[in-house]
Amino acid sequence: MPQFGFSISKPRAINLDTNDQVPAERLLQEVPELKTCIACGGCTATCTAGNLTDFNFRKMHTLVRRGEYREVYEQMDKCMLCGKCRLVCPRGINTRAVVIKIKRVLGDY
Amino acid sequence: MRRNSWKEYQKEVADDRYYYLRSCIRQNFFPGSEKAFLKIVGEELGRDIFDDPAHTSCTGIGYHSDIVPYETIMTVVARQFAMMTEAGYENAAVSCITSFGVYTETLETWNEFPDIEAKVRENLYKATGREFRKPRNVSHASDIIFHHREEIGRRAKHRLVNRFTGEPLRGVEHIGCHYAKIFPREGIGGVEFPYVLAGMIEAWGGSVVDYPERRHCCGFGFRNYLVQANRGYSVANSQKKFESMAPFKPDFIVANCPGCAMFLDRWQYTIAEIEGTTYGEDGRGIPVLTYEELAGLVLGYDPWELGLQMHQVDVEPLLNKLGVDYDPAAKYLVTNGRYIGCPEPAMVNMGAE
Amino acid sequence: MDKRVVIIGGGVAGMQAALALKERGAEPVILEKEERLGGKLRDWHRLFPTFTPAAEVLEPLREGIARAGIEVRTGAEVECLSEGGAVLRGGECIEGGATVICSGFDVFDARIKEEYGYGIYDNVFTTVDVERMFNEGRVATAQGGVPQRIAFLHCVGSRDEKVGAHHCSKVCCITGVKQAIEMKEMFPSAEIYNFYMDIRMFGPGYEELYRRAQLEYNINFVRGRISEASQTIDGRVQIKAEDTLVGRPLKMTVDMLVLIVGMKGGSRNVAFAGSGGLTVADNGFMQPQDSFLGNVSSGRKGIFYAGTVTAPKNIGESLNEGVAVAARVASYLGL
Repeated sequence: MPQFGFSISKPRAINLDTNDQVPAERLLQEVPELKTCIACGGCTATCTAGNLTDFNFRKMHTLVRRGEYREVYEQMDKCMLCGKCRLVCPRGINTRAVVIKIKRVLGDY
Repeated sequence: MRRNSWKEYQKEVADDRYYYLRSCIRQNFFPGSEKAFLKIVGEELGRDIFDDPAHTSCTGIGYHSDIVPYETIMTVVARQFAMMTEAGYENAAVSCITSFGVYTETLETWNEFPDIEAKVRENLYKATGREFRKPRNVSHASDIIFHHREEIGRRAKHRLVNRFTGEPLRGVEHIGCHYAKIFPREGIGGVEFPYVLAGMIEAWGGSVVDYPERRHCCGFGFRNYLVQANRGYSVANSQKKFESMAPFKPDFIVANCPGCAMFLDRWQYTIAEIEGTTYGEDGRGIPVLTYEELAGLVLGYDPWELGLQMHQVDVEPLLNKLGVDYDPAAKYLVTNGRYIGCPEPAMVNMGAE
Repeated sequence: MDKRVVIIGGGVAGMQAALALKERGAEPVILEKEERLGGKLRDWHRLFPTFTPAAEVLEPLREGIARAGIEVRTGAEVECLSEGGAVLRGGECIEGGATVICSGFDVFDARIKEEYGYGIYDNVFTTVDVERMFNEGRVATAQGGVPQRIAFLHCVGSRDEKVGAHHCSKVCCITGVKQAIEMKEMFPSAEIYNFYMDIRMFGPGYEELYRRAQLEYNINFVRGRISEASQTIDGRVQIKAEDTLVGRPLKMTVDMLVLIVGMKGGSRNVAFAGSGGLTVADNGFMQPQDSFLGNVSSGRKGIFYAGTVTAPKNIGESLNEGVAVAARVASYLGL
């Protein structure tokens, strides 16, 4: 093959026609109130880990719900399970459970 | 598809007395296209078109690569207009989409900011002693072919019909971004459902493919292509289009922009080499034509006179469907019979058969 | 003083205004351009947030009008205003002691947003089409199939400089939520996505319905505006948006794309303004005297407003303005 000096870029788009939604559906069965998230970002604003690392809890669970799982499992390791996010959530989402269930559904993914 | 909205977007296209503004790169990419345009407009249609050796590149590639400042390119444009004025013409016929975008953008800037126009006039006068009148009409060369499409259709030697099946040939039309994405009113059919190339295909007997990524940019993008390390996203855009159009089994692609026609053609080779993926019938690629080449084939011009041997993807499957009588042995011979060499065989280009 | 009141438009605001004026001793006459009273509500199936059938609002109003013996002129399209009333197409003048303009709004023409292909692609619909399908009792794709995936797009014709609409049409957010729920009830296995820029739940019970749509009906809300729609080879619709909450482009193919169309100022507003000395606001709706104490007054003697002629409003607000304007008109007429 000729050396072109570049490779063909892969699309960045979230493709809902091909993404595997099964882990996402399992997560929402376990923590159904996560569906009511309105992305206020309160959880991320108060997050102990998010203030020290690039951990963005709101973004991570939104990605899972879109069927995007790459690196999410590893990101969840940054959570200290302090529980402050649960106190601030205006929708009453059990955010600590979300962290643990994401690890569980993605652990064998 | 009920593509009727194009009738709401009409622009004036001059009917005669054109001053031809050539592209800097098309003469290398598709060396027969501009010659074919002059022949079609001048000889077939009997219109007055002036091919002025004194005009220059519009410097649009430099402009879009942050090398040529806007003030400079506006002065270059002013010089083109001065040459046109001196030659006694008022209707610009622009060969290139990038240039067309540059001309329309410049004229709109002068329209909005007359002080800038005055400054450019002053710069041009100081540098060259020339003065100019603004054109009465600026049309892209594809607008002009569109304008005369019925007349070209009446002279057709070949209709865009598959002679083996009797079905209309399926054409993908690809419009250069700077044709109407800068000023939708400047494009026949506007920006979402442009009709300039679709109208040619339909007028000459073919059917137009509307595929999901029809409106997507080819990926040329100037600095995306010019910088080798960035070509990965340039080619990815073309690939996205090929993947999207492939299920519709197009017989050909026609484009009205130098960069688009070039890259939709050449990237098929690149994708074949890098990923082993080919598109089109029998995996031999989808032939890509300029609008002049398409018009030339319809009018019965010799494909090698049109420069079709310079394409990456072999055009022979399309010529066979059209019923074009061509000499395979003459593919790499120029008019005086000199052999110009042939490319190495590749997945989308068989070289000399 | 003349007790006759010319009411332009027989939608919910006009009917309510007529009923309330009649109770106060006025003699209203309703000028309705269509053949039947009811306005836009005639084409609606059920009302947010309670899913009340539109007929349960319309019928009592129509019966009230009939029972009270209020004069109704149907097929009477008003061209412009006259000194003491309105001029009908054909030139007939209908005059009285006061005029109430209840001519409502126009539905945004989704074809203007060409990138969505409404009127070109088979499976692109509007919220108005969906209500019609609900009324007909059959919702299906253009090919006659059961939709498995439906996308709703909020803010079509609203908050969009490209169509000259800076305003929010207000009621479309909740309409999108309502229709998403109704679709889910009709097609329980379908996936439904609502693409929004903001979700503006301004009325009582609206936010609660939104929450139920998420929690109980599994409607997916994606914050991002669809940039374009195209038809796939099998006649479905490919859409592109950004999922702004994760900062990545998103694409998907759906069986139906429903454009949640907004409200725009009525096409007669300019004629009314020119002939009646009134003002059309920047957003294309009529400008009331002010937004507080004079919100059903025009600032011109004897000319009043009620309903969506002055701004996007829901049915309840339009009905309330019918009562409010009656009080103002009665006071003006000394009743």
